[in-house]
Amino acid sequence: MTAPAAPAVTVSRLTVGWGDRDDPALLATHEARYGPLPSPEPAAGLIEAVTQAGLTGRGGAGFPTGTKMAAVAHGKGPAVVVANGMDSEPASDKDEALLSRAPHLVLDGAALAAASVGASQVFICVPRFKNSLIGLVQRAVAERTRAGIDPVAIAVHDPPGGYVSSSETALVNWLNGNEAKPTATPPRPFQRGVDRRPTLISNVETFAHIGLIARFGPEWFRQGGRPEAPGSMLVTVSGAVAAPGVFEVAGGTPVGAALDLAGPDERSGFVLIGGYFGSWNKIAQVGHLPLAQSTLRPVGASPGAGVLVVLPHDSCGLTETARLLAWFAEQSAGQCGPCRFGLPAIADDFARLASGHPDGYLLDRLERRLGQVNGRGACAHPDGAVRLASSALSAFAPDVRAHASSRPCLHAPPGSAPDPVLPIPAHAEAEA
Amino acid sequence: MNRWLAVNPIACTGHGICAELLPELIMVDEWGYPMLPASAVPAELLPLARRAVRLCPTLALRLDQERR
Amino acid sequence: MNSQTLWYLTRATGIVALVLLTATIVLGVVGAARAASPRWPRVVTAGLHKNLALTATALVAVHVITTVLDPFVSIGVVAAFVPFASDYRPIWLSLGAIAFDLLLAVLVTSLLRDRLNVRVWRAVHLLVYACWPIALWHGLGTGTDTKLGLVLGINIVCVLAVAAAIWWRLSLSPSRLLKATGAATMAIAMALTVVFVLAGPMRPGWPARAGTPPALLGLALLPASLG
Repeated sequence: MTAPAAPAVTVSRLTVGWGDRDDPALLATHEARYGPLPSPEPAAGLIEAVTQAGLTGRGGAGFPTGTKMAAVAHGKGPAVVVANGMDSEPASDKDEALLSRAPHLVLDGAALAAASVGASQVFICVPRFKNSLIGLVQRAVAERTRAGIDPVAIAVHDPPGGYVSSSETALVNWLNGNEAKPTATPPRPFQRGVDRRPTLISNVETFAHIGLIARFGPEWFRQGGRPEAPGSMLVTVSGAVAAPGVFEVAGGTPVGAALDLAGPDERSGFVLIGGYFGSWNKIAQVGHLPLAQSTLRPVGASPGAGVLVVLPHDSCGLTETARLLAWFAEQSAGQCGPCRFGLPAIADDFARLASGHPDGYLLDRLERRLGQVNGRGACAHPDGAVRLASSALSAFAPDVRAHASSRPCLHAPPGSAPDPVLPIPAHAEAEA
Repeated sequence: MNRWLAVNPIACTGHGICAELLPELIMVDEWGYPMLPASAVPAELLPLARRAVRLCPTLALRLDQERR
Repeated sequence: MNSQTLWYLTRATGIVALVLLTATIVLGVVGAARAASPRWPRVVTAGLHKNLALTATALVAVHVITTVLDPFVSIGVVAAFVPFASDYRPIWLSLGAIAFDLLLAVLVTSLLRDRLNVRVWRAVHLLVYACWPIALWHGLGTGTDTKLGLVLGINIVCVLAVAAAIWWRLSLSPSRLLKATGAATMAIAMALTVVFVLAGPMRPGWPARAGTPPALLGLALLPASLG
């Protein structure tokens, strides 16, 4: 009996020509890579194709894209399409990589999706502080406008780049002229979003895949990847690796194979999967698991926005997590009590644990607070913090025991203060 | 007729009047915000639940016809 | 129902409405600051605030109706809503019309609260801080019982109650500017009221100075059997 062939790890669907010198904003570059833009299919055609392809959102939640498109298409009145290119996950660079090297892939998909759901407008959202990226995307849009190839108007917008401000409802809220803060649901954007119209809001990578499905069809899409995770996805690998970066991998690539692309330090034992909004896992435990929702959920993880961060062997996972939790607390929109008060409390508890000066009730109190805060905000921000903290407590259980009894940390040598590994954005504070 | 208590977490400012009226179902967390039950409101407590919804100072509390 | 009865009803409902409105405001201020005790839970404050507000509004409605129906004075229904629509003590009556309009705005927005934007509801609701003093001055100026010890006493208690509630609420704030401004505003308002009462209703000849039509001035002293 022969073992099933392992799927090819890196693929070249979105990343065609990324190493070239050609100006990615030019239509000519795009057409040289992929051919001319297909004419917009009849509405139902593309939605059906995307559904058959099994494409799921690449922004982190992994919601079936075809279902979302159908829901928007069924909404009342003309719809709106919003492409989220905010890379709100600090450890993710894929949105910027995609927009700066293949903007027309994203714009193809957004325009075609707009035609299919009956939208009259497309908005591309790029963070305000990324000036050169904004310029590049604007040039790409101008090229298309000159060539008159899109059935809808495309506009580039620059919301402030905070963490919660790039969540779906926050972006919609900002486009509606309010602050970039999440709103309570119902209604969800697909029902009533920008200008109270049904709004299709998805990650830029999702739209890029839609564009390719329109060109090459759902069967082609499913040829890559595995049945439970068809197609390809962009992953950002960083941390204790020799060559961090953005890679395109087949769906369902095992976690370890994805890590190998960046040359991980052999001594490292832990990886953060899914981003800050994700969870800590032991590499030994998850290395063989495919990067897919269905395979990772049993171990309490999720691919998220395709972020993988390897923890250096001499860093303390608890210290890193404590830093992140403090950042989570600071990034709260402050609209909901459990998040506004709960996250700082959790961060404070975790900081005590990480510093090795816990009080006797700390672990109980922390568990209680994690349970109380989860799911009680208007958006998923507090849930992300809770997931990160819970997974840290379980993945770094030996460290927890050491820290809780004020014994020296098992990883960081005593007296050392290793450089922080996981980046905390500095720009996030200065937004309007 | 099954109803579920739900709260708009942005509108809620933790007055806690709902928890006073329905201590059987609603507790407040350490910061004063209500924790609602996942199960449907028992029939005999429905009138009290409706009153709690009416008395919420910020109209954050509501009774849904389906579970979210 | 003769004019005398209507007049008594007008005066009675007016005074009681003022008392209830005062209690409503006190409960509103205290409730918003989340005061509670084991024997007086938030529910009671919230529920009483709503119910007293509705009762007060009902009494004000009766007050308006008996006034309009009273044949002794020519105050038409328009004057209940529109200032300067009657020549009976025009200024002081108009204050009543204004207070009534404000009260109706608060009532309607509160009844339609779940359909309204929260900010709109809140902005209108804050108008009670204008409605109440205007109603108070309306009572002092239009009311024919102002000089009575009982009525004066009631007015003083109402003013002190609202002032105490607002002062307590202000004392919870860390902002010294807010506390100073609030205290100054209240002190000035109370002082003006005292000056007004002493120079106005308490001095003889107030009805004439307030604008009671000359034809009615003498009649007011005739026995109740007339009219």
